[in-house]
Amino acid sequence: MAGVAVRGWDLVKTYRGTGGRPPVRALRGVSLEVPSGGTLGIVGESGCGKSTLARLLVGLEAPSRGGAEVDGVPVTTRAGDARLQLARRIQLVFQDPFSSLDPRRTVGRTLAEVLQVHRLGEGADGRRQRVTELLEMVALGTRFADRYPHELSGGQAQRVAVARALAVQPGVLVLDEPTSALDVSVRAELLNLLVGMQDRLGLAYVFISHDVSMIRHLSDRILVMYLGKVVEAGPYDAVLDRPLHPYTEALAAAVPVPDPGVDAERRRGRSVGAPVDLREPDRGCPYQPRCPLAEPVCREVDPDLGALPGGRAVACHVAVRQAGASGPS
Amino acid sequence: MAHPLLTIRGLRVGVGRGVPVEIVRGVDLDVDGGEKVGIVGESGSGKTLSMLAVLGLLPTPALRVLGGSVRLGGVELLDLDEPHLRRVRGARIAMIYQDPMSSLNPLLRVRTQIVETLVAHGVDRRRARERTREVLSQVGLRDAARVEGAFPHELSGGMLQRVMIAMALSTQPEVLIADEPTTALDVTVQEQILSLVGELQAQNRMAVVWVTHDLGVVARLVDRVAVMYAGRVVEHASTPDLFARPQHPYTAALLASLPRPGTAHRATLRQIPGSPPDPARLGSGCPYLPRCPQGDQECRVAEPDLLDRGPGRASACWKPRDRWQG
Ligand SMILES: Nc1ncnc2c1ncn2[C@@H]1O[C@H](COP(=O)(O)OP(=O)(O)O)[C@@H](O)[C@H]1O
Ligand SMILES: Nc1ncnc2c1ncn2[C@@H]1O[C@H](COP(=O)(O)OP(=O)(O)O)[C@@H](O)[C@H]1O
Ligand SMILES: [Mg+2]
Ligand SMILES: [Mg+2]
Repeated sequence: MAGVAVRGWDLVKTYRGTGGRPPVRALRGVSLEVPSGGTLGIVGESGCGKSTLARLLVGLEAPSRGGAEVDGVPVTTRAGDARLQLARRIQLVFQDPFSSLDPRRTVGRTLAEVLQVHRLGEGADGRRQRVTELLEMVALGTRFADRYPHELSGGQAQRVAVARALAVQPGVLVLDEPTSALDVSVRAELLNLLVGMQDRLGLAYVFISHDVSMIRHLSDRILVMYLGKVVEAGPYDAVLDRPLHPYTEALAAAVPVPDPGVDAERRRGRSVGAPVDLREPDRGCPYQPRCPLAEPVCREVDPDLGALPGGRAVACHVAVRQAGASGPS
Repeated sequence: MAHPLLTIRGLRVGVGRGVPVEIVRGVDLDVDGGEKVGIVGESGSGKTLSMLAVLGLLPTPALRVLGGSVRLGGVELLDLDEPHLRRVRGARIAMIYQDPMSSLNPLLRVRTQIVETLVAHGVDRRRARERTREVLSQVGLRDAARVEGAFPHELSGGMLQRVMIAMALSTQPEVLIADEPTTALDVTVQEQILSLVGELQAQNRMAVVWVTHDLGVVARLVDRVAVMYAGRVVEHASTPDLFARPQHPYTAALLASLPRPGTAHRATLRQIPGSPPDPARLGSGCPYLPRCPQGDQECRVAEPDLLDRGPGRASACWKPRDRWQG
């Protein structure tokens, strides 16, 4: 059995409210596990806490409660050797690739500096050699070493960002919406690259996206998040093809499918909800104000994430009861 | 046969003073009354500039129309002066954008903005107030009274998007041009907006031109599609035809680059090699040639016009699909 690359337990993050506003409960007890060499997809709408989770996993911020470890080593935010060690195990790739690149430095210099900080590569020649390898790994030629960020397209910059993350040979990449700013054909390039690198290097990915079709393509397992909670978890095909949580169902059906026949088929008989305020209710299930299945209990008790057969889990009173009655397929 | 409501022919837009670089290089498009037409293409292909040119909204003198024709119900829009154009905009054609704040004033209450738009189009003030309430509830804003009195910053992105649509619809235009209005929204909100536009379009027999880079949105919303590449329309087709049998190699490549139903998990997706051409350095041949798996000597000689490829279909490719390799 494959080892566990990343483990997170009961992660809570509460941000202080600004200007007299109440605190923001960005994460409300998220647990997760990513096997070595596997991909965990995290999907949910803007504001549900995906980026916060990413920052906690790589030690950019400390959780208010709970914790995480990578390869069995605790994640820490404290500067020093332990942080450098952590950075060699797990790296974060951002949505905006330009945000992680210094506009005044060539691509080659950016990469060489990462190597230097981590004392990797034997001398200047060794580092140059390694920079070439990294650029080739992300399917950019050596000639890109002399380019400045403004001379790169969005897709090229994203590949440089991936190369930069790979410079320290981490076992895990956390990818926060890496395809969102890219055109479709460039998106395909990045997805192909990620699949290829995973097969070759045995990398584990935490792949965060609001785009269900990207998540489906790349992930082995999926977490569906809603207002700081995991509301459903399981194998990618089970979750997306036979969703248990009403939110997962709404999300999967809302995504327009680039095939008119299939799209029409999926939408037959569906009614589209009216817009609602996304404010979290004081108690009960956070999804209940939007939920077509809500019952009195849902307004009182916030459901836990309950495990079901088939490696699935769902946080919904109604879905758990129905699954118990019929057994999930 | 009746003429289309909106006819765009050979529309060209250039950037720069002196000898301009042509960015929109001869766009052709017909839109019938009550029809939903999609315009797709990757960023930089000229979708936004084409639509701004139709409405006379190009930021001159940096960008200007170099030639062509835009006729709305027989009237040549490119010949109209600004006062006449202003009457056409809003009354006959309205446009909505990705960023709702580009058409809203942050300092004015929602009510004021819509009422003043209507008054500017000659509606009397009392009727304008009634109409404002009407359109806000039409776009599914349940709490129309509260929204009316709100300032833009007090509303969520999805609500602002609806306010912008309400404002665009308030004057009952014959054509609604939408430039990626749902790109920044969550999918469940996008779904609401798309179904709303579908309903309103059917009720009002309004024509819709929907600009997007998302082929999923095309599949869901529109009847007919124009695919743009390097400043021109390279393929015209009905939506089902486009997805079933693309006639331009660029369209085929775009479709193959997406994970679609039936694409195997983690399977290698088709990449389009290279990148779109620099408009300042176009040669005489087909601009897609450097990236095209079907290209050969023939394609070097001249850029193909839109060629007839069956009923309601056209493709700017010298090679009919049955002559494609592989
Ligand atoms: N540094 C911060 N201070 C205060 N609130 C924050 C901060 N970072 C994120 N939030 C809030 O936490 C919630 C989750 O945000 P985020 O993790 O960015 O979500 P996502 O990435 O899913 O869009 C949001 O309500 C956001 O406004
Ligand atoms: N104000 C401008 N000045 C110079 N070039 C511009 C300007 N606006 C757009 N362009 C260029 O024109 C091309 C087409 O732009 P646009 O119509 O916005 O494309 P799309 O909407 O398809 O993404 C792009 O290459 C863009 O860089
Ligand atoms: Mg985020
Ligand atoms: Mg645009």
